[in-house]
Amino acid sequence: MKHAAQVIAVAAAAILALFGAAFGRDELFQAHAWILFFVLALAGYLLLQRKTSEDAALIPLKDGEGGATAYMDGPIRYGAVATMFWGIVGFLVGVVIAVQLAWPQFNFEPYLNFGRLRPLHTSAVIFAFGGNALLCTSFWVVQRTCRQRLFGGDLVWFVFWGYQLFIVLAATGYLLGVTQSKEYAEPEWYVDLWLTIVWVAYLVVFFGTLLTRREPHIYVANWFYLSFIITIAMLHVVNNLAIPVSLLGSKSYSAFAGVQDALTQWWYGHNAVGFFLTAGFLGMMYYFMPKQAERPVYSYRLSIVHFWSLIFLYIWAGPHHLHYTALPDWAQTLGMVFSIMLWMPSWGGMINGLMTLAGAWDKVRTDPLIRMMVIALAFYGMSTFEGPMMSIKTVNSLSHYTDWTIGHVHSGALGWVGMISFAAIYFLVPRLWGRRRLYSLRMVNWHFWLATLGIVVYAAVMWVSGITQGLMWREYDAEGFLVYSFAETVAAMHPYYALRVFGGLLYLLGALIMAYNLYQTIRGRERQERPLVTTATAAQPAE
Amino acid sequence: MDYESFRHFADIWGLVYLVVLFVGIIAFTFRPGGKKGAKDAANIPLRED
Amino acid sequence: MAFMDSHKKLEKNASLLLVFSFVVVTIGGIVEIAPLFYLDNTIEEVDGVRPYSPLELAGRDVYIREGCYVCHSQMVRPFRDEVERYGTYSLAAESMYDRPFQWGSKRTGPDLARVGGRYSNAWHVQHLIDPQSVVPESIMPKYGFLLDRDLEPEMIADNLKANQMLGVPYCDEMIELAAADMADQADPNADWEGVLTRYPKAVTGDFDGDPDRLTEMDALVAYLQMLGTLVDFTTYRADAEENLR
Repeated sequence: MKHAAQVIAVAAAAILALFGAAFGRDELFQAHAWILFFVLALAGYLLLQRKTSEDAALIPLKDGEGGATAYMDGPIRYGAVATMFWGIVGFLVGVVIAVQLAWPQFNFEPYLNFGRLRPLHTSAVIFAFGGNALLCTSFWVVQRTCRQRLFGGDLVWFVFWGYQLFIVLAATGYLLGVTQSKEYAEPEWYVDLWLTIVWVAYLVVFFGTLLTRREPHIYVANWFYLSFIITIAMLHVVNNLAIPVSLLGSKSYSAFAGVQDALTQWWYGHNAVGFFLTAGFLGMMYYFMPKQAERPVYSYRLSIVHFWSLIFLYIWAGPHHLHYTALPDWAQTLGMVFSIMLWMPSWGGMINGLMTLAGAWDKVRTDPLIRMMVIALAFYGMSTFEGPMMSIKTVNSLSHYTDWTIGHVHSGALGWVGMISFAAIYFLVPRLWGRRRLYSLRMVNWHFWLATLGIVVYAAVMWVSGITQGLMWREYDAEGFLVYSFAETVAAMHPYYALRVFGGLLYLLGALIMAYNLYQTIRGRERQERPLVTTATAAQPAE
Repeated sequence: MDYESFRHFADIWGLVYLVVLFVGIIAFTFRPGGKKGAKDAANIPLRED
Repeated sequence: MAFMDSHKKLEKNASLLLVFSFVVVTIGGIVEIAPLFYLDNTIEEVDGVRPYSPLELAGRDVYIREGCYVCHSQMVRPFRDEVERYGTYSLAAESMYDRPFQWGSKRTGPDLARVGGRYSNAWHVQHLIDPQSVVPESIMPKYGFLLDRDLEPEMIADNLKANQMLGVPYCDEMIELAAADMADQADPNADWEGVLTRYPKAVTGDFDGDPDRLTEMDALVAYLQMLGTLVDFTTYRADAEENLR
């Protein structure tokens, strides 16, 4: 039996899970252990069903060719599919909670209340969709730019499946109510420990590949990926330090309290944005943008300055989430100053990416993938301008606690992270499955416009609602009384919340079209369609 | 520990540290002779396949 | 130009790149977070802040489990409108035993830092069962199921003990009596003297409208009713040297 070791490991883990289900201290831990048991049982069953190694069975290409030096693309194929799958789950939950905010009767206690679904949405899009996009693109990029097969062999599969297990445990935990309430770090201690193991394995795979590379230079995209991996490891470990009440219980208490805990959390939280959602995706941009444009990055040396200044500055920016709170003033000011400074490297990176197209601007018109990357960079530029602006204390006094922040986050997440990931996956899928081209470029075009329109609606609506809300909270009448009760400000938000649902639906619809397009591509179909740009116009010089 | 001594230290050495780091990164990156290496590295993604 | 060549080395040496990037990303956190543990004036000196009573702690755990922090902040900023709307601005001292903190980041609903004592227990229970019946504009989900969920007395002592290990000043007596204190605080017929000596200012009596049952609703309302009520502001001097930050 080829997979004897794996089957035994999964079976042993399943038995442990069964013990957890039997002897768990609280019912949440027991429920979680049952879920773990069934997931592992299913995994074991699938392992046993597998007749041969899946590389050979599933996909008739690349992995085998050229012997030991061939690239390891199996996990990347799975990663691309997982990215698409979790993306749709995350967007769908986003639409559901947007509906709940507009029409509260769509809350279903206790499991489907907003308070439990919202972490599910944020984690699904950041860690499941974004995380899988980062995993699979980093595996692709590091192999191609190092001219080396991934280091670690089956360890790569462990990273992929281990990460999916983390997602499933985190997601089911939120619905059950297993949370430590730290935003974007909600999973409880045992899920955190599991992620730590998986993450170290990821670092071993990535770093091992760098060490065994056959290219003298380490391409800058890999720097961004590497810094993302090690920084997330550091942030994750420190922010989740906690003492579990029992080794068989779901509850833990944070190692830090109050003000120290707050700053540790936002040091983590902001750098989840800075390193997970920015540095990692910049690595993606620095590879796929030149690749699709078929020209090297505008300035390689600017990318190096971009790298060092970005990773140095980002880590300081956390306190801007705590302006005017009980955090000491000096820390707030420090956070604000570094946040404003961050504007420069961010725009340096944006310009570097955009200028890669210098002399080939017509590609924006002719190539929908390039167009996606350009809009991603445009949204990156926009949100990295808006962010520093919102970190100025006076602006923050209005924007904080309102939907403005939500709008800001989504212009970055939907616009930058989403669009650059879509472009990368569109780039990868035909190559991974050995297809000549995508099933349909017109569908990519539809996806582009639906998503862009969705983001614009979403962000604009949230700006208006956020600023309205902030102004209503602080409005005084001539006699010096507050004009609005809190409930009145909630009522005023209703039209915006309804419109937001519309924006989210557009974005979700775009992703569904993408999924269909990829499905047909993988099946090897090619849609017969009129070309996006007629050859006559395309042949004209770009001036 | 008191705030004043911390602040005093940061005002002087923090500033020196940041200036040195900034100048250092720029000097490293734009060192003469680095151009060829950079150009070389920039082409890495285009050379494979 | 050996100095100038060293970046080239960095560009070609993965281990150096790893170490150097790691050093660069640790600096900001060390400079900003570490002093918070050492600077004396990070947390104000106030009278009245005490660890949560067992019932309050259980309620706080429900608050966390249900993700209330997603929509409610517990941090009043020092602005005229916020102070008028919610009460005195929040002090760091008020969350010194909060593991983790619940300052929040969004006000889809109002701030709760000083909600304690503002509404009756019955109002809270009705509001949690059906928010729109009390506040028609509300978009809050329903939490009536808390009435059907009994608190489990055998776990609370362990929860206190974990906090004690982390430095929250629960004494051994408090841990020993945790389950009894939890039941007593919500029992209208109990003698509250012990609870009130160990946890001054704790709100006592039946919370959920059913004196015979000790539910998660009791715990959550007990927690809400004490929020922001502990500090003795008659003895707090905001402009004292040790409280300036």
